[in-house]
Amino acid sequence: MSESLVQVRGLTKIYKRGSERLTVLDNLDLDVARGDFVALMGPSGSGKTTLLNLIGGIDRPDSGSVQVGDRSIDQLSDRALAHWRSAHVGFVFQMFNLLPVLSAERNVELPLLLTGMSGSERRRRARTALSLVGLEDRASHKPAQLSGGQEQRVGIARAIVTDPELLLCDEPTGDLDRKSGDEILELLVALNESQGKTIIMVTHDPHAAERAKRTVHLDKGRLSMEAAA
Amino acid sequence: MKYLQLVWASLARKKTRTLLTAGSILIAFLMFGLLSALEKAFTAGVDIAGVDRLVTIHKVSLIQLLPRAYYNRIRAIEGVREVTHATWFGGYYKEPKNFIPTFPVDAETYLKIYPEYEMPPEQRTAFMEDRTGAAIGHVLADRYGWQVGDRVPIRSEIFRQADGSDTWEVTVRAIYRPKDDQGDPTAFMMHYDFFNESLPDGARDTAGWYVIQVEDPDRSAEVAQAIDDRFANSAAETKTSTEKAFAAGFAKQVGDIGAIVTAIVTAVFFTMLLVTANTMGQSVRERTNELAVLKTLGFTNTSVTVLVLLEALAITLVGGVIGLGLAWFIIFAGGDALRQFLPVFYLPWQDIAAGGALMLAFGLIAGALPAGQALRLRIADALRRGG
Repeated sequence: MSESLVQVRGLTKIYKRGSERLTVLDNLDLDVARGDFVALMGPSGSGKTTLLNLIGGIDRPDSGSVQVGDRSIDQLSDRALAHWRSAHVGFVFQMFNLLPVLSAERNVELPLLLTGMSGSERRRRARTALSLVGLEDRASHKPAQLSGGQEQRVGIARAIVTDPELLLCDEPTGDLDRKSGDEILELLVALNESQGKTIIMVTHDPHAAERAKRTVHLDKGRLSMEAAA
Repeated sequence: MKYLQLVWASLARKKTRTLLTAGSILIAFLMFGLLSALEKAFTAGVDIAGVDRLVTIHKVSLIQLLPRAYYNRIRAIEGVREVTHATWFGGYYKEPKNFIPTFPVDAETYLKIYPEYEMPPEQRTAFMEDRTGAAIGHVLADRYGWQVGDRVPIRSEIFRQADGSDTWEVTVRAIYRPKDDQGDPTAFMMHYDFFNESLPDGARDTAGWYVIQVEDPDRSAEVAQAIDDRFANSAAETKTSTEKAFAAGFAKQVGDIGAIVTAIVTAVFFTMLLVTANTMGQSVRERTNELAVLKTLGFTNTSVTVLVLLEALAITLVGGVIGLGLAWFIIFAGGDALRQFLPVFYLPWQDIAAGGALMLAFGLIAGALPAGQALRLRIADALRRGG
């Protein structure tokens, strides 16, 4: 295993609801090596998704730091953080979060709109990403015309189309049947092993976690256990 | 340009709602266009009134006639360059529904004071030389298919000839076209002498109003006062004003059209603004999760805000351009029928430009609130709510 891609130090996140303060992450440290595939497990409310959001720069910590590669992302402005996300992170969601009015190809092309690429180059890359997930023949289909497994494949194609080093997956198989879920996990393993993508995956499913290289357990905002697969 | 597909995709998300919203805006701008043309129709006289022209009417009202003998007395007042007169004939062709704005005029001085009524020189000469001749507007000629040389029996609702007839047979000698289309293209001018001589004794030698061209427009008020002073304490006292004030006063006889149009348009636009802002707000609320996903993918707060504003602008521009275009088409296609009652009926380019500016302002204002929502949207919160 090579050097750390993600370094989390003293990370604390507190949600405030009126006078109530809920500590979701409590002074948490975590290292994820470049090329690693980490499963984040834990009961509901343990802070898994919050940790994923903080690593992906879509939320901000109350204290502590998050370093990804050579960037301390907690120090970036909103605008710089948005640019950083578009270039360095791919997100895969449980509910796929595809735009229903766009075709699969247009959905995959979305992150490329933020680059200076020509339209033809964007479409070529979107087609390539779709072929990597085995959906080149569904490019013109709208999400509603795809199965859940296919929708998630489109979601993964969208996540990798900018060729990010880090993939953050929030329960990517949570809304799929076992067969489709296994296919998605196969795909993630392949991306990790053959493309060298570093993957952090939140999951409730021990079966899914088994496909990761190691599993990190959270409980009440702290790391409770770590195990290699 | 690359964001346009996103804008259109968002608008296509709920086609019916988008169409209904654009339809509401279409109606608003259709009304704007038609009312603008209507306002123009009622105030055209004000716009085209000469700065160097005064109008003298009877002090009691425009309906009261003035002695023809005033002509020379006005002519003699210092500062007056030229004088002419005209009379409201109450003309129609065959039936009263075929109303024609007819004026017996002193042709030579009238055309000198109103050079904007342009006609071919040979027709002008023919009109001047034929005392039973008439000069008519090109729109009027087109409406009835009249050509130079045609004999036209023009009837009056007001005057009778000495023999009791209400019909004056005249020959079309000239067809004029107002310069730059600024002026009434439907008027029917006949020679005053021909008209006057046919009237019974006691009804002759009067004129509806006088038009005075002054030497120096800066001295208009002074000349107007001199004219009214000249006829003070006479049997027919006068009221003189600039032609612009006269036209504005005439327009106000049917109400302050400008104020009415402004009130209606404002009410319609304010309502449409609320409808559009509400629709856009609802659309943004429904797409909270999608907007959060866009931000997650790297779209900045600004770019997401701009996307929402572009949506509002797109709906407004589509509805507005079609609405204003439809208004233009209705005015263009149906204008001839309407010009029977409203001689100057067109959509001025200034109002088209104002409509364009209104569309932009309308879209930006309607989109401001939902754009603000999109700007403030926190990704983690929105994704959590969206599941």
